[in-house]
Amino acid sequence: MNAAVPKFPVSQSNLIMAEGLAAGYRGKTVWRDASFAFGRGEFVAVIGPNGAGKTTLFRMLLGLQRPMGGSIKIFGDQPKRGNPKIGYVPQRHIIDSETNIECLELVRLGLSGMQLGFNPFSHWERDAALAALEAVGAVELAHRALGVLSGGELQRIFLAEALVSNPDILLLDEPLSNLDLRRETELLHLVDQVVRSRGVTAMLIAHNINPLLPHLDEVMYIANGKIATGKSSEVLTSESLTALYGVQVEVLRDPHGNVAIIGVEEHHGDMR
Amino acid sequence: MTFNPNLLADLLQMWRDPLIRSAWEGGTIVAVIAGVTGYFVVLRRSAFTAHAFSEIGFAGAAGAVLWGIPPIAGLLLGSTLGGLTIAALGRRASNRDTQIGIVLAFALGLGLLFISLYSGYATEAYSILFGEILGISTSLVLLTLIAGLWIMTAIGILYRPLLFTSLDEDVAEAKGMPMLLIGTAFLLVVAVAVSFAVQVTGVLLIFSLMVTPAATAQYLSKRPQRAIMISVGIALMATWVGLFVGYYESPPVSFFITGIVFTLYLLVRGIRLVVKP
Repeated sequence: MNAAVPKFPVSQSNLIMAEGLAAGYRGKTVWRDASFAFGRGEFVAVIGPNGAGKTTLFRMLLGLQRPMGGSIKIFGDQPKRGNPKIGYVPQRHIIDSETNIECLELVRLGLSGMQLGFNPFSHWERDAALAALEAVGAVELAHRALGVLSGGELQRIFLAEALVSNPDILLLDEPLSNLDLRRETELLHLVDQVVRSRGVTAMLIAHNINPLLPHLDEVMYIANGKIATGKSSEVLTSESLTALYGVQVEVLRDPHGNVAIIGVEEHHGDMR
Repeated sequence: MTFNPNLLADLLQMWRDPLIRSAWEGGTIVAVIAGVTGYFVVLRRSAFTAHAFSEIGFAGAAGAVLWGIPPIAGLLLGSTLGGLTIAALGRRASNRDTQIGIVLAFALGLGLLFISLYSGYATEAYSILFGEILGISTSLVLLTLIAGLWIMTAIGILYRPLLFTSLDEDVAEAKGMPMLLIGTAFLLVVAVAVSFAVQVTGVLLIFSLMVTPAATAQYLSKRPQRAIMISVGIALMATWVGLFVGYYESPPVSFFITGIVFTLYLLVRGIRLVVKP
């Protein structure tokens, strides 16, 4: 084998890679000059104020929105819509209490919802859907109606729906909103476990960084049109954020290691 | 026309009349179409859209009567145009209540104008609004059958994408589903289904076959395939019983259909209040 040719065209450290990336709508820039690289099995927290462009970043990774500038590569390629290697849990699902359809059906659709034709219940699909439910500890919910589930249970089902096609990248848009403290911790442990056991790279948008601190590998802080990326101990410091934003930003840490960021529009993180 | 406790003998006697026979055949096909399509109408929360189609179809049918062409042609044209318009308005059709309401009010007004210009009987308008199942001719039954086969094929092919985009729009879009195409195809299916169902239930009672059976079925099964079968079963049962009773009693068949599906709906909801699922 020619030694000059790398064994893997996509190295382990750049499953997702962006260079000077800029995002916006109709000529209006949301953020720019973003450069980052994430490897296999990394847990990335994406935090920042409302409207800072966190979901925009996800839409770009999903191929639903084109960059305004710079480049972004996933698995060494341009993002494309319908990439089966990406599992996506959007922020709000339209599931109301009237939705009397069993959870297994939704998870199964995550696997074969794109295919044409009427399917008599396929055993292979059923097994794959049940395995995904098992992975999120929700097998007992398989035959429950979606409409009667609690917020935490629904998030598990959505996670199973995203995992059923065995993705390499998992994009979770505010899965912790509407969850109480205990459910929040449970879900984070679950995502952490999925990331570690399957080598999945997970990006998770959250409002509050603190519950994520014990789990995350990298943090992305999006605010004021800029993105800071790196280890939380490097990114979330008064010096680095002040240098990035050009305004005085204060990062406070309490004795338990909890973080509060003050100075960029609204503060992020609660001391508790 | 005397009722006999031997139901089979009653049926055989009814079916000797070709008019009644056509009504049974047409009604059966319509019940199947409406039961299947209705499930997705309810799932997608598109009941208002379906009603709008039937009222836009009313303007078309009234216009057709005025110009002396078959009402079904006007119904199909009206509802299909309505379907394409609503599809063009965008995929988040559930937020289009106001626009749909504005268009359907105008359509009803237009229908009223056509009816008033038509110097013939007012019964024509009455049967479009409230249904005249006994007016289905043999050729119309054949046309209904063709439309029915087309609808069943379309839903058979689109079954999974339709379910996926209805249940989980955002994920389906991210997975690369052509949302506009699926939405448009579905609206066209509903437009055709509504046009033919109007023959049985009339423009104003369209919900009795397109919405109530499916809504009832949704309470009875958590599995879409099974719920669709129950929905069809309820629509068929209501149509058949309605036709049977309507043969002996004077109120119109569409009244009996409406009454049966409504009673069943109340019964199922009542039972669910007592027996928690």
